Amino acid sequence: MLCDTSRLLPAGAATTLPAQPRSRGSALRCRRRELHFPGHPALPFCDFLAAQLTRPSFPPGRRVILRRGRMPPVMGGSLAGSERRARRGRCGPQAARAVGPDVAAEDAARSPKRLVQGSRRFKAAGGWALLAVVTLLSFATRFHRLDEPPHICWDETHFGKMGSYYINRTFFFDVHPPLGKMLIGLAGYLSGYDGTFLFQKPGDKYEHHSYMGMRGFCAFLGSWLIPFAYLTVLEVSKSLPAALLTAALLTFDTGCLTLSQYILLDPILMFFIMAAMLSMVKYNSCTDRPFSASWWFWLSLTGISLAGALGVKFVGLFIILQVGLNTISDLWHLFGDLSLSLVTMGKHLIARILCLIVLPLALYMAIFAVHFIVLNKSGPGDGFFSSAFQARLSGNNLHNASIPEHLAYGSVITVKNLRMASGYLHSHRHLYPEGIGARQQQVTTYLHKDYNNLWIVKKHNTNSDPLDPSLPVEFVRHGDIIRLEHKETSRNLHSHYHEAPLTRKHYQVTGYGINGTGDSNDFWRIEVVNRKFGNRIKVLRSRIRLIHLVTGCVLGSSGKVLPKWGWEQLEVTCTPYLKETLNSIWNVEDHFNPKLPNISLDVLKPSFPEILLESHMVMLRGNNGLKPKDNDFTSKPWHWPINYQGLRFSGINDTDFRVYLLGNPVVWWLNLLSIALYLLTGSFTAVALQRGVHLPAEVEDPGLSQVLLRGGGQALLGWVLHYFPFFLMGRILYFHHYFPAMLFSSMLTGILWDTLLRLCAWRLAPSSLARGIHVGGILSLLLGTAYSFYLFHPLAYGMVGPLAQNPLSPMAGLRWLESWDF
Amino acid sequence: MGKGTLEADKTLGILLSLLFYKMLGFLRHPLVVTADINLNVVALTGVGLLSRLWRLTYPRAVVFDEVYYGQYISFYMKRIFFLDDSGPPFGHMLLALGGYLGGFDGNFLWNRIGAEYSSNVPVWSLRLLPALAGAFLVPMAYQIVLELNFSHCAAMGAALLVLIENALITQSRLILLESVLIFFNLLSVLSYLKFSNLQKHSPFSPSWWFWLMLTGVACSCAVGIKYMGVFTYLLVLSIAAVHAWHLIGDQTLSNVCVFCHLLARTVALLIIPILTYLLFFYVHLILLYRSGPHDQIMSSAFQASLEGGLARITRGQPLEVAYGSQVTLRSVFGKPMPCWLHSHQNTYPMIYENGRGSSHQQQVTCYPFKDVNNWWIVKDPGRHQLVVGNPPRPIRHGDIVQLVHGMTTRLLNTHDVAAPLSPHSQEVSCYIDYNISMPAQNLWRLEIVNRESDTDVWKTIMSEVRFVHVNTSAILKLSGAHLPDWGFRQLEVVGEKLSRGFHESMVWNVEEHRYGKSQEQKERELELHSPTQVDISRNLSFMARFSELQWRMLTLRTDDSEHKYSSTPLEWVTLDTNIAYWLHPRTSAQIHLLGNITIWASASLAMVTYALLFFWYLLRRRRSIRDLPEDCWLRWVLAGALCCGGWAVNYLPFFMMEKTLFLYHYLPALTFQIILLPVVLQHVNDHLCRSQLQRSVFSALVVAWYSSACHVFNTLRPLTYGDTPLSPSELRALRWRDSWDILIRK
Repeated sequence: MLCDTSRLLPAGAATTLPAQPRSRGSALRCRRRELHFPGHPALPFCDFLAAQLTRPSFPPGRRVILRRGRMPPVMGGSLAGSERRARRGRCGPQAARAVGPDVAAEDAARSPKRLVQGSRRFKAAGGWALLAVVTLLSFATRFHRLDEPPHICWDETHFGKMGSYYINRTFFFDVHPPLGKMLIGLAGYLSGYDGTFLFQKPGDKYEHHSYMGMRGFCAFLGSWLIPFAYLTVLEVSKSLPAALLTAALLTFDTGCLTLSQYILLDPILMFFIMAAMLSMVKYNSCTDRPFSASWWFWLSLTGISLAGALGVKFVGLFIILQVGLNTISDLWHLFGDLSLSLVTMGKHLIARILCLIVLPLALYMAIFAVHFIVLNKSGPGDGFFSSAFQARLSGNNLHNASIPEHLAYGSVITVKNLRMASGYLHSHRHLYPEGIGARQQQVTTYLHKDYNNLWIVKKHNTNSDPLDPSLPVEFVRHGDIIRLEHKETSRNLHSHYHEAPLTRKHYQVTGYGINGTGDSNDFWRIEVVNRKFGNRIKVLRSRIRLIHLVTGCVLGSSGKVLPKWGWEQLEVTCTPYLKETLNSIWNVEDHFNPKLPNISLDVLKPSFPEILLESHMVMLRGNNGLKPKDNDFTSKPWHWPINYQGLRFSGINDTDFRVYLLGNPVVWWLNLLSIALYLLTGSFTAVALQRGVHLPAEVEDPGLSQVLLRGGGQALLGWVLHYFPFFLMGRILYFHHYFPAMLFSSMLTGILWDTLLRLCAWRLAPSSLARGIHVGGILSLLLGTAYSFYLFHPLAYGMVGPLAQNPLSPMAGLRWLESWDF
Repeated sequence: MGKGTLEADKTLGILLSLLFYKMLGFLRHPLVVTADINLNVVALTGVGLLSRLWRLTYPRAVVFDEVYYGQYISFYMKRIFFLDDSGPPFGHMLLALGGYLGGFDGNFLWNRIGAEYSSNVPVWSLRLLPALAGAFLVPMAYQIVLELNFSHCAAMGAALLVLIENALITQSRLILLESVLIFFNLLSVLSYLKFSNLQKHSPFSPSWWFWLMLTGVACSCAVGIKYMGVFTYLLVLSIAAVHAWHLIGDQTLSNVCVFCHLLARTVALLIIPILTYLLFFYVHLILLYRSGPHDQIMSSAFQASLEGGLARITRGQPLEVAYGSQVTLRSVFGKPMPCWLHSHQNTYPMIYENGRGSSHQQQVTCYPFKDVNNWWIVKDPGRHQLVVGNPPRPIRHGDIVQLVHGMTTRLLNTHDVAAPLSPHSQEVSCYIDYNISMPAQNLWRLEIVNRESDTDVWKTIMSEVRFVHVNTSAILKLSGAHLPDWGFRQLEVVGEKLSRGFHESMVWNVEEHRYGKSQEQKERELELHSPTQVDISRNLSFMARFSELQWRMLTLRTDDSEHKYSSTPLEWVTLDTNIAYWLHPRTSAQIHLLGNITIWASASLAMVTYALLFFWYLLRRRRSIRDLPEDCWLRWVLAGALCCGGWAVNYLPFFMMEKTLFLYHYLPALTFQIILLPVVLQHVNDHLCRSQLQRSVFSALVVAWYSSACHVFNTLRPLTYGDTPLSPSELRALRWRDSWDILIRK
């Protein structure tokens, strides 16, 4: 005996399997495998088995035969298997021999080969029919009452608006990449929506505007999630019940349903995530036929879906990570296969680089190219971007503009902070309130274009009008001492030893003086970053710093939002720390000087890589800027899996049409339980294998442990990758961020319960009853979820009438948690 | 059945005896101590001590962050409670131990860097512990390389590199915690290595147990000093997990044996660290029993457990709130600041700045200071009197009450008028009847949030309660917004209609409480002005205090302050930044945190070399080409996992952090990097140099490189010890990088 297993196995196992002389059997197996895998001569059996678990798709042939044996072929469970059998039949006979006479005999008796082939076509047809049913049911639930409510729900106000921007070709800014909104815009355009609806706030009626095209498109993509999940689970577990259970969990989840029915990015994102997962799983199962057409097809489809997922939201990075990990382990195994030459290996590597890196990147950039080409009109997002970027947009005052190239005394300018999304140096006729520094005029940065952004460059020591035509033009040079006079209020940019309103360690910046006459605290030295003294200052291109002469501090924008008294503009300070950060670097944007010749700005137009980079910087900053305020009710990641709190999509009062985004608690809590159970059984199996314990034939031979560890592992990895990063995010989080992870956890649930029920059935009963238990278990789970959906469907399809506290409400008695509020 | 249980008993008995046999086997042998002394270690310890302790009391002035840690030492000396969110208290306690041993009385004002220490400050003993920890790094680096099964020569190299690393010296010689943190990091790694080397031939021996336990304790000490220690702990844990996984796969061991191994590891590496960590807090809370300036951040119950804090006021208050009780209500939320429900004569302005109207009734706010206007009387809606009956009728969960403002005798009221700053919520006011169609709506239902049953009585301090408005089911809530000038910048209180779940801003507790006795308003006002009476103190269990303290420490948000010498993690690797720690008040002698740039550069280089070589070997092994013998490969991997891993876990997390970062945060990572350096050098010498000639050349190069490191050390020494004033030209010559900020007097 290699190791004493009887202690680990319950007594039942020992009694049901007495016939098989364990030690002989295992010795036999070891020898057989050694012959098969000359690459691992030194590995002892148990280590080898452990290694097997990480090897993709080795044992299907063996698995198939045995499933036909003791495992009940429930509901066409062997469909996919029987296809494989034709391909990889060579394992079959050996495996059968290895299992021992009793199992083999039963195998022969219960499923003769003729019968298998005879029913194969029938089962294939059955499989397709089942897929069709699943798909139809999914579409039916998603499209049912899609038009209600006929008003804006929740974030439709953003994404619908952004769809309109595409139709109107107006430039805007959003923290997500553009694909999702572009598709929404396209769907709206094709369905006859003209982009005139304002999408002002949730609750606004759509009236005559056509919104069904956009909703229908999202519901269409959202409906595909379920067939995708179904196929993915079928592929990794080769078990129809598992796939059906997953499909049922997702179909009957009110949360998924709600999220798919509105103009949101989530259905689009989840569509691409699931598509990537499915094609990855499909191409994994093609490993035995590398470089075949289907292999290439699934590989490139994975790449395309990845680009799609990343193109909708940055959350797509998680699925990219998952595919990346899978690819690395895949390549690692190929690399260890000494029968493959290095040239073949290189081909594999290049194929993956092409399909999983180059292709997605190219597509991703293409998405942005389309985005920039479509949005060519100036719009509300201009101010977030640099001056050079704005020159691209028609309608912007920098578009096709021509302005004087070098800064001269007397020029009227706007000064923009280089930190993305920080805005123009601004002042207005309001004073800092009492108690906040000196009571002088406020100086802020402001994102929008405004007359109050204009400043006049003056010499520090004379007050003569530099625009006097009799005087020669005098250029401002690097190192000059200047005064900046606010054009509208004629006050000078000023700083002094008072603490800044928000950043206490900096100095306050104010507007000071009357009609341009102030004091020596108005003097600033203008410096160009990385230039020599005496150089002229170029408009737009020179990166300048303004250093306060008296205190030696640098003018900067802290990026903090001022309270109401400052109109929620951003704070401007003078920082005594001379670090070179973007906060304290500015450029001159608009420039008016009648005495100077204008030059065209077309030379400034940035190249595509530059605008790509810039828009990403702005998006990242925007994302980081979405900080929760102190007293907001924020959703915490730990709330999500326990379905702690929903999101109100529409309606508050009992007369409103109310839609509440909340997962079906039965489904969600089952998922939660399954994760815990999975961790338990998975680690138990893994430890048993590592200990070299021989699992009973029923577990090991149909590959149940494989399915559990590999298939379940994939799903668990997906869940972990799509959930845990949120704990590290500083930005504001919402309940709906959990839904991609929820898809994976539903897949895990399907796989786990199918496996568990099979195991229990075998453990408890003879094969005939076992089959019944398995079918019964799966069916009761299916029916249970379906019934819970019947109970909770008003959440998704909308409800009117009294709130749930009221016994007359349709949801009375269903408010199982205090925190749900429908 | 009987047979079954008998058998189970038997098995259990066997299991227990096996357990004893396996795990406590060492008890059967006599304890024998044999000492062999490695003179290398002794010598290294000697020079380590010399380099760290030399003129330790110089400068006799507050240097850099001593100003920060010093105040906590003073708090410990005076036994005053404080809250520091920068890390758990073990580090602070160690520093305070130095003060205790030196007889420090805590009387020093830590207010300014550069301030001269007064004579009562035992500078030497305060700085001793960090310096000792820093000194022991030298022999420990030696031991670690040795335990990794590399040569004595490489081990000496590692130790000598740690010895001449300027930044480590500077950081060790002051009242700072980095050197102690690094000490425990290395200690946990070292003891784990010792343990795993013993695993092969003498498992469950006394020394095996000792090193295993020491690993756990050292890990938790590291965590107890700074949260960053968690990452080294996780590294050690994961390496232990990999080893345990191999152990599980080892079929020469019996199941019981494997189980014993796993059990021992779980106890030593999971349970002991947790217990030790709790112990730190236990000692911390035992030591600090007096109330102090940070009290207000904590809950009333916590404050009541401190001597002289809230306890002074609340002692002897009646426990159960009854009809007629006079109470102050504190918001449990405590954000943006702790405050009490408050009202005063002034009314809401008729029209707000933005044109909306108000009810023009009396303002209700939350006020962050103690004030007589914070007193409220709990009234039974059915009766008129405002005194507590005999016997007092306690109020239970679900009872309807009215709250009467003590000084103005107006009733707390809310109605369907938008609140001043949160228009989605209802205004809360004290009701003034203007005889317009706005009836009083002043009934509130009391809900005890932390009740055990639905019949719980409302208790002082302990009960956390919500007030649900009877007419509108709005909940009394602190919105956290500051009212404008008309509201004296106090905090806004609103009635929240859309209560989305539970939130702390809606929860209040009674802090001060007494049974009202006076019938007349005049009398009552006098009563309200008088302090509450005094008797017993309330005790909070240790776990409750621990969890509250830990939670506050983790969630406390201090404003991210910019600092002149703050830096980003990217600047650390290349030593693009420095920190000026101290400047002599008259001469140009100064102390800087500045690394030995030769060591920094070569350590990074060594790590890159290691990574490249590792992947090269790994790929070739995968193709069954074995460049290294198996044992050599294993120790190469282990060295990499510990050192590169140690570097990564102590460095990469900083990229995710939003707090102000300084160069000294890099030192733990750097230490691991330095230990890797001689490992890589030895590997190059042993495996990559093919001929004797190459080896000799390589050795010569190493010697040359080491002497250059020594030269750099010597050149930077004045800035490390700060004992020699340098001329401006010398200082300028030391400014090797433009980004280094060396102070030159003009």
